[in-house]
Amino acid sequence: MAIEYLGLSEINGPLIAVEGVQDGFYEEMVEFTVGGNKKKLGRIVEINEDKAVIQVFESTDEMSLNNTHTRLTGHPMEIGLSEEILGRTFNGLGEPIDGLGKITPECMRDVNGLPLNPCMREYPRNYIRTGISAIDGLTTLIRGQKLPIFSGNGLPHDQLAAQIVEQASLGEDSGEEFAVVFAAMGVKYDVAEFFRRTFEESGASSHVTMFLNLSNDPVVERLITPKVALTAAEYLAFEKNMHILVILTDMTSFAEAMREVSSLKGEIPSRKGYPGYLYSELAALYERAGIVKGSRGSVTQIPILTMPNDDITHPIPDLTGYITEGQIVLERSLHQKNIYPPINVLPSLSRLMKDGIGAQFTREDHQDVANQLFSSYARVGEARDLTSVIGEYELSEVDKKYLKFGTAFEQEFVGQAPGENRTIEETLDIGWRLLHILPREELDRIDTKILDKYYQ
Amino acid sequence: MNVTGNIYGINGPIVTILGNPGFKMAEMVYVGKNRLVGEVIGLRKDRTVIQVFEETTGLKPGELVEGEGKALSVTLAPGILTNIFDGIERPLKAVAEVGGAFIPKGVNVDSLDQERLWDTTLCVAEGDRVYPGTVIAKVPETQAITHKVMVPPDLHGVVTRVVPDGKYTIQDTLVVLKEDDGREIPLTMTQQWPIRIPRPVNKRFPADRPLVTGQRILDTLFPIAKGGTAALPGGFGTGKTMTQHQLAKWCDADIIIYIGCGERGNEMTNVLEEFSELVDPKSGNLLMDRTALIANTSNMPVAAREASIYTGITLAEYYRDMGYHVAIMADSTSRWAEALRELSGRLEEMPAEEGFPAYLASRLSAFYERAGYVENLNGSDGSVTIIGAVSPQGGDFSEPVTQNTKRFVRCFLALDKSLAYARHYPAINWLTSYTEYLNDLAPWYNSHVGPNFVYCRNQLLNLLTTESHLNEIVKLIGSDVLPDDQKLVLEIARVIRLGFLQQNAFHPEDTFVPMEKQLKMMETILYLYNKCKALIEMNMPMALLREQGIFEKIIAIKYEVGNKELYKFDQYRDMIDEFHRKIMETNA
Repeated sequence: MAIEYLGLSEINGPLIAVEGVQDGFYEEMVEFTVGGNKKKLGRIVEINEDKAVIQVFESTDEMSLNNTHTRLTGHPMEIGLSEEILGRTFNGLGEPIDGLGKITPECMRDVNGLPLNPCMREYPRNYIRTGISAIDGLTTLIRGQKLPIFSGNGLPHDQLAAQIVEQASLGEDSGEEFAVVFAAMGVKYDVAEFFRRTFEESGASSHVTMFLNLSNDPVVERLITPKVALTAAEYLAFEKNMHILVILTDMTSFAEAMREVSSLKGEIPSRKGYPGYLYSELAALYERAGIVKGSRGSVTQIPILTMPNDDITHPIPDLTGYITEGQIVLERSLHQKNIYPPINVLPSLSRLMKDGIGAQFTREDHQDVANQLFSSYARVGEARDLTSVIGEYELSEVDKKYLKFGTAFEQEFVGQAPGENRTIEETLDIGWRLLHILPREELDRIDTKILDKYYQ
Repeated sequence: MNVTGNIYGINGPIVTILGNPGFKMAEMVYVGKNRLVGEVIGLRKDRTVIQVFEETTGLKPGELVEGEGKALSVTLAPGILTNIFDGIERPLKAVAEVGGAFIPKGVNVDSLDQERLWDTTLCVAEGDRVYPGTVIAKVPETQAITHKVMVPPDLHGVVTRVVPDGKYTIQDTLVVLKEDDGREIPLTMTQQWPIRIPRPVNKRFPADRPLVTGQRILDTLFPIAKGGTAALPGGFGTGKTMTQHQLAKWCDADIIIYIGCGERGNEMTNVLEEFSELVDPKSGNLLMDRTALIANTSNMPVAAREASIYTGITLAEYYRDMGYHVAIMADSTSRWAEALRELSGRLEEMPAEEGFPAYLASRLSAFYERAGYVENLNGSDGSVTIIGAVSPQGGDFSEPVTQNTKRFVRCFLALDKSLAYARHYPAINWLTSYTEYLNDLAPWYNSHVGPNFVYCRNQLLNLLTTESHLNEIVKLIGSDVLPDDQKLVLEIARVIRLGFLQQNAFHPEDTFVPMEKQLKMMETILYLYNKCKALIEMNMPMALLREQGIFEKIIAIKYEVGNKELYKFDQYRDMIDEFHRKIMETNA
């Protein structure tokens, strides 16, 4: 029987200190018994000889310096996993909350994971058709990629993520086993409910595992939720050979929680009060996407983050962009024009796109069309700036054509009906139709042979 | 007997020991029962501070810390090339064999293969006097590179015994050396060298030879010298990594050390796969044969990320000592600076700007000063060129890492978000980038490429600068109202941007362009400019010139003229003459 320690020496928000601890180790899980019956969980975050600082995953209300018994569990944070987790809903720590009872674990896994050896990774090359032109055509999602959605409050990022899940899962290769791991960190009840309902309506809910930490759940739990979810995802992908799509929302709440706890620990802040290890912590999550040699499964991540004040240079989107393999950026002004999905394609990017498209995967003209659309749409911005100074009437003929192209591009290429599922051919053909608005000599990013074939 | 102590406190990668058991500064230590690798970074009377290069989860107070007695070092011997290491030179392929897909804690593998037999040719005879750096044996390490086994920098004496040529492992004694004081020292292929100390050289030369990269904007506008330093700053998505990959593939260095410091795992996989398939056009060997990778991806321990930069440069200096030209791609130095910040925060040091420690600048300068074109101890010439990517926070170049890096590099290649958004690659901004090497390299360009090279380059940059001034006006009133000579400048600048600066890394011919073709392209563009200027001076309207489609034809040169078809440039010259004649005939 493990030793129980009586009493605490300090309580400070979700952090407590215990003295006289023997044999405790860094990141070890501890169990508290408060007032004789109530159980709580915590994790050692700092240890100095016999003094341990412990993070409590639930609120520290009702705990006093005297009424708490502390027991070390002797292992780091672990969750039990088996294929039964599909179709189930858990809280942020991996405990079932859907009233269907405990699962029978096949194995226990340390949620911290281990870094994936770069020479055991398989370079991702298979594209996932999402049926959304702006993504398929210009920022192609690749299996095993981490492609976040940078959004703002009030923009339809949830709807977009749900649509991606729905259409990607019902794609042509649905013969392969496909599942979704959904992790909510500090999101509103309505958001979690929206996802649950959407999965249910699309008939996917038996392939969905949900980990919910809602905005009124304990902040510290939020720090562990994505790790729990990714541990489950890795298990399903690399041991059960399934293709897993992980939705993490909202990464901003995760980072906020980290700042809150860091400040309580009295750590030295770096940018905007976030701890210096924000980059490493985010990387430890995002890098858990990928494909491992010798396994048929894959982990694809679509993290959602709301940019505070729509500022892409804020530390959270900034550091995320440096880790992830591209980003999909939503734009408020497009949303106001009633364009769905309101994707601003210019700052959006998929780094893995170049190796997953072209004649073998999509179509020979894909890269050229994408480059040309990007380049022409960038030129639209210049023409619009000029219009606001000298008026449309004074514009040169070419600039007028760019204005026309810009509007059509936003309405017809980026914009599509919610639920509309376009094939890659449809997407590229719309691209060509729009490029026909421009004179041929303006199309300087396309190989002459391809231009001859598609631009008549 | 090695010094030992017991763990007192653990905070992330930082471990403290109470009291002073007698460790030395920068000494390598083994921490805990898993024997995690660490390094002593702070000593006080009452406390020893250690940074650990592996995950510390599971470590307990009271566990043993054992000193190794020497500073954190890397093993230098054949087998480095084609390999992929983590930040403290553990070979990831061997780690995978032991630990599977994920990197386990406290894995103990040798840095280099101890069993493999290498074909060895001895270069010294009994009775020879050898000095630091003297080559004692040669080993064909890969198809492309002969590894030269050298006398370590701190030894000299007379050879008393030599083994015959044959197959040896890196641990076998090849030569026995008798020092002046009579001590006999057996020499193997292996050397150990502390990563934080530069390997000694005889003297440094001024940088007067370019690192030819085949990338037009670099070779022509902003050349880097062999032994020089360059910074490559840019926000995310501006193409830092792509540019580094292009340089690693095509630059004319003998050896490439590619350091993936805190970057993406998939990118390192990509380098590994691609370089194992691509063939170096000059030698016909695989690119991987001249490359060593150091991959400390963003999710690997932060202290090892800090060390990875030093591990990389020590490997580079070792190959330089053999007389090779080495280029280091460090992607990205910002992640290394952030590792410093993270560790500094854990040590509760007083932060300076934006939370970075005050010693950021001195660490950066010490790193970049390890570059150089030098005469080695053995008299051969070699160089280490450093090209460091910088990932400024929010793409804002005023942040501390970019600003401090700018002070210590001589070539600054600023990547630009708006160019990247328009998919103009490489997205190097020609107005904010600069190089200080141009004057040093001018004599080389004159004698090796052509006497008018520097003149053409300056003309090109002039036109681009004029364009940016004109664009200010265009933004206000539109381009229609400009006089025709200015419209011509805009048109030619467009030709330069699209036809010269923009380069397609995925096009088989355009991905690498030899210097001769770069010069011919510049000459052709400027020839067109002068002919058009003459026409405009005779009051021919710009619209008339545009109608002929000559500008589009010149833009297409990069695809239409192969790298080995330089004779075709004469046809373009004729085409321009024809264009000039036609306009004169029909409109004069």
